Amino acid sequence: MAISPSDTTALIHARGLSKRFANLVAVDAIDFDVDRGEAFGFLGPNGAGKTSTMRMIGCVSTPSSGTLSVLGMNPITDGPRIRARLGVVPQADTLDMELHVDENLFTYARYFDIPRDVARRRAKELLEFVQLNDRAKDEVEPLSGGMKRRLTIARALVNEPDLLLLDEPTTGLDPQARHLVWDRLYRLKQQGVTIVLTSHYMDEAEQLCDRLVVMDKAKIVASGSPRSLIDRYATREVLELRFKIDAAPALDGKLEGIADRVEVLPDRVLLYTQDGDAAAAAVHERGLQPESTLVRRSTLEDVFLRLTGRSLIE
Amino acid sequence: MIAILAGRRPAQVPAARRASHLVERNAILYRREWSLIVSGFFEPLLYLLAIGYGVGSLVGSAVTLNGHPIPYAAFVAPALMATSAMNGAVYETAFNFFYKLKYVKLYDAVLATPLGVADVALGEIVWALIRGTLYALGFLIVMAGLGLIASPWAILALPAAMLIGFTFAAVGTAASTFVRTWQDFDLVLIVMIPLFLFSATFYPITLYPGALQLVVQLTPLYHGVDLLRSLTTGSIGPGLVGDLVYLVVLGGAALLLAAVRLQRLLLK
Repeated sequence: MAISPSDTTALIHARGLSKRFANLVAVDAIDFDVDRGEAFGFLGPNGAGKTSTMRMIGCVSTPSSGTLSVLGMNPITDGPRIRARLGVVPQADTLDMELHVDENLFTYARYFDIPRDVARRRAKELLEFVQLNDRAKDEVEPLSGGMKRRLTIARALVNEPDLLLLDEPTTGLDPQARHLVWDRLYRLKQQGVTIVLTSHYMDEAEQLCDRLVVMDKAKIVASGSPRSLIDRYATREVLELRFKIDAAPALDGKLEGIADRVEVLPDRVLLYTQDGDAAAAAVHERGLQPESTLVRRSTLEDVFLRLTGRSLIE
Repeated sequence: MIAILAGRRPAQVPAARRASHLVERNAILYRREWSLIVSGFFEPLLYLLAIGYGVGSLVGSAVTLNGHPIPYAAFVAPALMATSAMNGAVYETAFNFFYKLKYVKLYDAVLATPLGVADVALGEIVWALIRGTLYALGFLIVMAGLGLIASPWAILALPAAMLIGFTFAAVGTAASTFVRTWQDFDLVLIVMIPLFLFSATFYPITLYPGALQLVVQLTPLYHGVDLLRSLTTGSIGPGLVGDLVYLVVLGGAALLLAAVRLQRLLLK
């Protein structure tokens, strides 16, 4: 196994992968590999090219150029074979609104040519897995956003996929629903399911991903484990200062030398440092009176800010 | 898993089987909503009663087929059977298909599975042709009960109605891919109503002046009507081959167009 070239063992292998539309380059020559059993993330703001990339991996969008192999096959010629082994959670729920909750899982299993008795059994098991078994005979429309999302995830699992693709799995969910989804995804990861997800939430990526790439304007701008990205592009701690409105311009130069790097945002000032408390003390020594100070560990949000000069969610 | 690592390609489910799963999905839905299907069957039946018998009693035996007089109801009934096959297929593909394509985005989910656009087009067309066939079968049974079948050739009327269902399902699906809003469906009705009224449905095509006869012969329902009328009345002639070729070619071309359009709409 060790002597095999990496592109035959990787579940997904992409080199120079691009997607162009009439007047837009959605994905611009990106390279990445996803290995079996890992959780891999595409992180970036809206419009960075995450969804276009996911659609190409899911064999529902043809690459404009570059090479892509999924599960060792070519998405252009082997689409049906590849899709047979994928579980897909699209960005917007595409549940079958005309069918009941359990029928959604049953018919979806049938699309994969799964025998009826197996389909029925899996539908039942999966509804338990996502805690929707008491809604089995209900219509889909009245379900809450979190329930629909869980049903969509259950649907993506009916064929026991080798590779699970999730496009923004928790966007629009309340914190409680989000944690439930994370918990289920974490369990799948423990079971050895390879997961590829997109997100614009840094905390989500930190929770779920072994490895991720940060995308911005159709390109990959950084890649690595969440921890290594933070080590490389941020400091250990961050001191957040909030000042009275419009006080920021008056700070000019007064924070110099306190931290490795200073980021002035519209609503607050971020000081990147190895020791947040020491930096806070230094700020007060210089006679500055912030309205509030907060010392926290740095996150992928800080990485993104560093890499692109923009906050992730505007 | 070993197969994948070795680069061997796993077996693929045949296309017809893939498409059949979409037919099954529709059948599950209509198990609950069967009244929707039944309602569409009554329309041509009402026309048969009102016009075939009502107007027919005024017409007497003024209508002739190949020189022989024929009861008016027996003349009109096969045309209404063809219309019922058309209705079933077009209602399904135009309205329901559009709803699934644009509003509930059903196919966005379906295309993430082994099914491809051609399977979607084929599955929906087959489902619509099943609906059209059910209408036609019901109508055929009524015709037999009313003594409106004059020939053993009528046994072929059901497969012929399936062909009509296929052609109109394919045309309806292809047309649906061009529809932008519900208002555009007015156009579908503007096409369907004259087809129903003027395809030699209620009187022989020979009543039209020569040029107009040619125009009618270019439209699809005329060939469906001619086909079924020949079979149920037993006036078999070489014209049947023309009807068959017309319906097969139009249906095949429309199926191809539908698949190409869906490819463009769904797989960007």
